[in-house]
Amino acid sequence: MIKFLLMVNKQGQTRLSRYYEQVELGKRASLEADVVRGCLARRKEECSFVEFKDYKLVYRQYAALFIVVGITENENELSIYELVHNFVEVLDKYFSRVTLTAQDLPALHRQCLQLFQEPCSVRIHRFKVLPGQDAMIPGWWLGLGWVKDELGLGVFIKATH
Amino acid sequence: MSDVVEKTLTALPGLFESQTGAAKITNRLRQLIKSITELTSKHEEENLIKRELSAIKEQVSSPNTTMKQMREIMVRAMYCEMLGYDASFTYIHAIKLAQQGGVLEKRVGYLAVSLFLNEGHELLLLLVNTVLKDLQSTNLIEVCMALTVVAQVFPKDMIPAVLPLVEDKLSHPKEIIRRKAVLALYKFYLIAPNQVQHIHAKFCKALSDKDPGVMASSLHIYLQLIRESPDSYKDLTGSFVTILKQVLGGKLPVDFNYHSVPAPWLQIQLLRILSLLGKEDQSTSELMYEVLDESLRRAEMNHNITYAILYECVKAVYTIHPKAELLEKAARCIGNFVLSPKINLKYLGLKALTYVVQHDAKLALQHQMTIIECLDHSDFTIKRETLELLFRITNAQNVTVIVEKMLDFLRSCNDEHTIIHLIGKVAELAEKFAPDNSWFIQTMNDVFSIGGDLLQQDVPNNFLRLLAEGSESKEEDDQLRLYAVESYLTVLKGHTSHLPQCFLQVMSWVLGEYAHLQESVDRREVIRLLTQLLDQRSVSSETRVWILSALTKIPEGQTDLILDLAESLSSSQDTVLRQQAQELRHLSQDSQLREWVLPRGAPWDGIEVDSSLSFLDGFVSEALAAGAAPYKPPHQRQEELCEDRALNLEPYSFSLPVSLSSCSITDRQSPTLLSVSSGLSGNSAELSQKAGSSTLILEGVKRVWGKDGYLPQKEATAPPVDEPSAAVQPASQQEAAERIEPRPEPSTQNQDKQQLASSLFVGLGVGSSVSLLGKSEAPPPRFRKKPRPHESSSSSGTSKRSSDSSSHSSRNTTDSFLYGSFPEEEPATSISTFDHTPKSTTANGLSQNKDTKEDRHANTSQILGGDMVIVRPSTIQDKHPPSVSSDLTALLPADLKDLPHSDVISLTSDPSLSLSSCRLFRDEALLLVIFISNCTETVIKDVAVQLTCEELKTASLRGNVMDCLEARSTSVCHYALLMDDPHTNVSLTGTVSYQTQPGHTNTLPFSGTLSTADFIRPLVVTTEEYGKLWLSLSHDVKQNLKLLTDAGDPLRTTLNALKDALQLHVVDIIGSEGIVACRLLSGAPCLLHCRVNGAALAMWLRSPHPALPDFILYHCQRALAHH
Repeated sequence: MIKFLLMVNKQGQTRLSRYYEQVELGKRASLEADVVRGCLARRKEECSFVEFKDYKLVYRQYAALFIVVGITENENELSIYELVHNFVEVLDKYFSRVTLTAQDLPALHRQCLQLFQEPCSVRIHRFKVLPGQDAMIPGWWLGLGWVKDELGLGVFIKATH
Repeated sequence: MSDVVEKTLTALPGLFESQTGAAKITNRLRQLIKSITELTSKHEEENLIKRELSAIKEQVSSPNTTMKQMREIMVRAMYCEMLGYDASFTYIHAIKLAQQGGVLEKRVGYLAVSLFLNEGHELLLLLVNTVLKDLQSTNLIEVCMALTVVAQVFPKDMIPAVLPLVEDKLSHPKEIIRRKAVLALYKFYLIAPNQVQHIHAKFCKALSDKDPGVMASSLHIYLQLIRESPDSYKDLTGSFVTILKQVLGGKLPVDFNYHSVPAPWLQIQLLRILSLLGKEDQSTSELMYEVLDESLRRAEMNHNITYAILYECVKAVYTIHPKAELLEKAARCIGNFVLSPKINLKYLGLKALTYVVQHDAKLALQHQMTIIECLDHSDFTIKRETLELLFRITNAQNVTVIVEKMLDFLRSCNDEHTIIHLIGKVAELAEKFAPDNSWFIQTMNDVFSIGGDLLQQDVPNNFLRLLAEGSESKEEDDQLRLYAVESYLTVLKGHTSHLPQCFLQVMSWVLGEYAHLQESVDRREVIRLLTQLLDQRSVSSETRVWILSALTKIPEGQTDLILDLAESLSSSQDTVLRQQAQELRHLSQDSQLREWVLPRGAPWDGIEVDSSLSFLDGFVSEALAAGAAPYKPPHQRQEELCEDRALNLEPYSFSLPVSLSSCSITDRQSPTLLSVSSGLSGNSAELSQKAGSSTLILEGVKRVWGKDGYLPQKEATAPPVDEPSAAVQPASQQEAAERIEPRPEPSTQNQDKQQLASSLFVGLGVGSSVSLLGKSEAPPPRFRKKPRPHESSSSSGTSKRSSDSSSHSSRNTTDSFLYGSFPEEEPATSISTFDHTPKSTTANGLSQNKDTKEDRHANTSQILGGDMVIVRPSTIQDKHPPSVSSDLTALLPADLKDLPHSDVISLTSDPSLSLSSCRLFRDEALLLVIFISNCTETVIKDVAVQLTCEELKTASLRGNVMDCLEARSTSVCHYALLMDDPHTNVSLTGTVSYQTQPGHTNTLPFSGTLSTADFIRPLVVTTEEYGKLWLSLSHDVKQNLKLLTDAGDPLRTTLNALKDALQLHVVDIIGSEGIVACRLLSGAPCLLHCRVNGAALAMWLRSPHPALPDFILYHCQRALAHH
C-alpha cells in the first residue's frame, strides 16, 4: 500500500507532496524533513529502500530531485522503485508536449493519483502531441530548471542513464 | 474510447483559454515558485508564504474576484498548503469553485477539495449535492470529475445517497467512467464494507469487462475481498489464471507495456491474488501451477521490473500448496537475487528469503555465507533485513548467537523505531528459547537497559508475568526468581542513575516479591538499595510508587528503617507518595493487617477485583445526595469543552441545508453536545421542534436519548459504572490491579519452548534445554545439540552431524551456531525422506489415494456449522470415514460440559488420525476443543498440536502434547481464543505432528475459519445501565436492516432471530423500539438501538471500539438474510 509520495530537492524543499492517507498538516513538514534527511544521508551504493517509522521508503534520485514514496511493509519495494521511474517518464512526456498553463499543478496531481492509486492499470503512452502546441518548459514546477534547455526533465533523464 | 476523453481533457486548456490569459495566470504562480527556489533560509520562506497567503486572503474575500481568478488563487493556495502552511480559509472557496464554476473551475475546485479536506471534514457535506448533480450530468467530464472526487474523499455517512448513481455508472458505455466507478466503489468498500455488500455480483462484471483498464481496477477490490475471505472466491481462480495468461502472452494493448514488459503492475496484483487463493488449498493451487511456471520463465529479462515480478512469483510459489518443480525454480531465483551484486536485488533476495524460511528453512542454509556477509554489511537497511531473517530461523540451538547479534546491532543503532521493533523481538526470542536462567535474566537485563523507556509496556508485563506464574516445577521457578534477585542486587549496587525507569520498576517489583528467597542477603541491604533509589532525582514519581510498593512487601522485622522512610516521605509534595508512605507506616506496624492485605505466596488467580467498584456505592450516593455533580467519563467532558465541533455529523435523510443550520445553533446553546445530538439524530424529521426544546435539557445526562426512544423514568442514584476516584481508592486496589494482570490460563514456559521448537523444525529432535549454549566463545563442538533421550535413531547421527558442521564452521564459527540444527544436518528423520516442507506428508498421502481423490477433489471445502468453513487439505480414505458424531462431546472435560457449544465438525483426517473440533462459548473466551482420534490399531506416539492464528490471541489450555495415544482412542486438547480487535472472519491454521513408528514423524495440517459472531457474548444490563452506557459511548453507526415480517410482532421476531444467531441480550422492547446489548468477549460492549421504521428496522449501534459496530452490523445483516 502506498502511503505518500514526495518530491523534494537536495535543499529539502518540498516540490510536490501527495498523501494517500490522512496526515495532519502540522505533522507533514516534520515528516517531510525527516524523510529527506533519511534519504540524503544514504550513499549511492546503498540500496534504495529505507526503514522509516512504520513505513518503508523507496527513493530515487534524479539530478537534484528526490522522489520518495512511503509504503507499507507488505509492498513490493522494487515494483514501486520502477513505478517511480514510470512516473518520471510520464511526466517527461506530458510536460514536454502540453502547453503550460495553470492547469499544470492539477495535471501533476492527476498523474500522481492515476499512477499511485491504481498502479496496475497504468497506461504509458497516454499523451499524444497536440498539433500547434509547442514544447515548453517542462520541469519548472518541480523546481528542476527554469527552461527546458537548461535543466529540463528530458535532458537530465538522459544524463542519468 | 478512453483516448478520446483523455484527449478532450488535455486539450481543454487550449480550447477554452486564450494564450495570453493562460500566460498571465501562470505567471503569478511561477513567480511564487521562482522566489521560493531562490530563498536560502526557512525563515525567509515563512515570510514569503505569509505575505502570499494574506494576498490570497484579500483576493478571495473581494467580491470582484471572478471565477477564473479564483481558479488561479486556488492553485496558489494549494501550493502554500503543500509547503505546510495553513490555508484553511480557502477551503470553503474550493467547495464554491466546485459548485459554481464552469468545467475548468470545477476541476480545480474538486482537486483542491480532495487535497485540502479529509474524510471526516464537515465541509465535505456541502459537496454532496454538487457531486450528486455532477453524477447525473450529461457532460462526461463532469461525471468523471465527480467520480474521481468520490473515490478520494467522501463522507462515510452519505454513501447511500450516491451509491445507486455510482452503481449505474458501472454499465456506462465509456470505459473511463466505468473504471472510475469501480474505483469509487473500492473506496466505499474500504470505508464502509457493509454498504456495498449487495453489489458483489457487479464487481464480477467489472472483472470480465472488455476494457483491460476496468478489469485492472476491479482487481483492487478483489484483492481486498479475497484477503478477507479467500474461500468465497475460489471459483474465480480460473478467471484470474486466464487473465494472467493473457497478460503474459502479450494480449493487452501495447499501451500497457513498460519497457516492453506487459503490464507489470497488473501481473504483480494478479500474482498476489493467486497466492491468497492457493494458500493451503491443493486443488486450487493445481490450477495455477502452469501459469506460475510460465511467469517464472518469462521473467528472464534483465530489468528491475522483471525482478519485481519474479519476487512476487516466488512468494506465490511458496505460499500455495507446494510443488517440487516450482519450488526448485523459485529457490534458484532467490539464489540469483541474494548473490546479485546489485544492492536492491540483494535486499529483495533477503526479503524473499525471510519469507521463504518459514516454509523451508533449508534454503537459508544454502545461503549462509551470504547471510553472514550481509550481517556485517555497511548498509543499515541490509543489516536490518538480515536480522529479520535470523529472527525467523531462530531456534533453541542458535538463539544465543542470534540474540547477541541483535543486541550488538541495537547498541549501535539510534533510530527509535528500529529499537522498539527489534528489542521486542529479542524479548520474544529470549522468552521462547532461553537455554538457561542466567542467560535469560542477563538478556532481559540488556533488553530493559537498551530498550529503556521506549519499550512497549507488554515486554515488562510479560516478563513479570512469566516470573510470577512460573512453570510446573516450583523449584525451577524459584531458581529463576532467585537468579533475578541476585542479578538485580548486583545491578543496583553499581551506578543506577542511567538506568531506564521501566528497568527500575521491574527490579523493584521483583525484589519486593522475591527478595525473601535469597536468604544470604540481608533484608536491610535490600531496603537500603531501594531507598537509595528514592533519593535520586532522575527517578520518576511513577517509579517511586513501584519502589514503595516493593518496600511494603519486604517483610517484617525492619520496622525502624521503614518508619524512618515513611516519616521522611510524609512531607513529600506528591500526594500519591504521601499516601503510600502512610500505608507503609500502617502496614509495618500491624503485621496482622499486612498478612491480610499482602498474603505471601497467594495463588495468582485467587484474587478478585471488584472492577465496578460497587463497594463505593454508598459513598457515591451520599455525595450525590449532598449535591455533587454526577461523574462524566473523560471523553464526554472533553467533548463538552470542545466547542469547535458544532456541526452534527449524523446522517440527515435529505433535507440537508435546513438541518445543518438548525443543528449548529442548538449545539452551540447546549452544554452537553452529546445528548442533544443524539436527540437530534433520533428523528431528523422533527428537527425544528427539537431545536426549540433544546434549552430544556440542559442537564444532558438525565435525558438519555431520542424523542420517542427510551428515557429513564427515575433519577439515577446508582453510581456510574466507571467511577474513578484515585484518591478514595483503597490502598490495596493498585496492588490488586497489578496482581490480577496475569491471566488465569497457566501457560508454562516449558510448554512454550517445546511447542515452538517442534513447530519450527518438525520432526527434529530438539532438546528442551541446552545449557551448554551459554557462552558463544566456547569451542564449536560444545554447541552441538544433545541427542533427545527417547529418540534413539538420532544418536547415531550425532557424529556425522558434527563432522558436517565442522566443515561449515571452518570459515566462521558463527555459522555452526546459526545453522546447527537445520534439516540437512539431521539424518534419519522422516523429513529428509520426503520433500523439504512439512506439508509434503500430505502430498505423499495424496498420491497413494489418487483414485479416491478423483471423485471428490471437485469440492474439498465445505461449509459447516454456521460460519465455520473448514478446508480439508487432505482427502479422506473411504475405509476411514471421519468419525464425526455428537458422542464426541461426551469426551469434554466435566467443567466444560455445561457451556453452550457448537456441533462437532470434522476438521481433517488421514489414515492414522482424524481431527474434529467443537467451539465452546465461554464468557471471556472462545474455547476451541480439538478431538484427536487414533483410527489405527496401534499406538501413536508424540502427538503434538500446534495452532496459529494471526488475528487472535491463542493459549493452549491442556492436552496439546501427548506422549502416546492408544489405539482407537480419542484425546482432547483445547485452546482459549481471545479476540481483541474485531475481524469479520479469522482463519486458523495448525498442524498435528505425530509418530506412528519411532523416528518417523508425520504432520497433518488443518485449518478453519471463525467469525466474529463466535466472539460475541450477551451483555446483561438493565434499562437504566443501558441508558448510561449509551451516552458514554462514542463510535456509532446507523443502518436500515430488513425487518422479518412473517410473524405477529415483527420487531420481536427480528430481535429474537438476531438473538439466536448472535447471542445478543435483548434488554427491553418498548413499543416500536427495542434495545439490545452485547460485547466482544468480556471486552468492548456494543449497544444496539432498533426502531421499526416502515418496513425496515432502523438500527443504531454504539460502541467504544471504532470498528465493532460495523462488524456486528455485518453479522446482523447476514443473520437476517439467512433467516
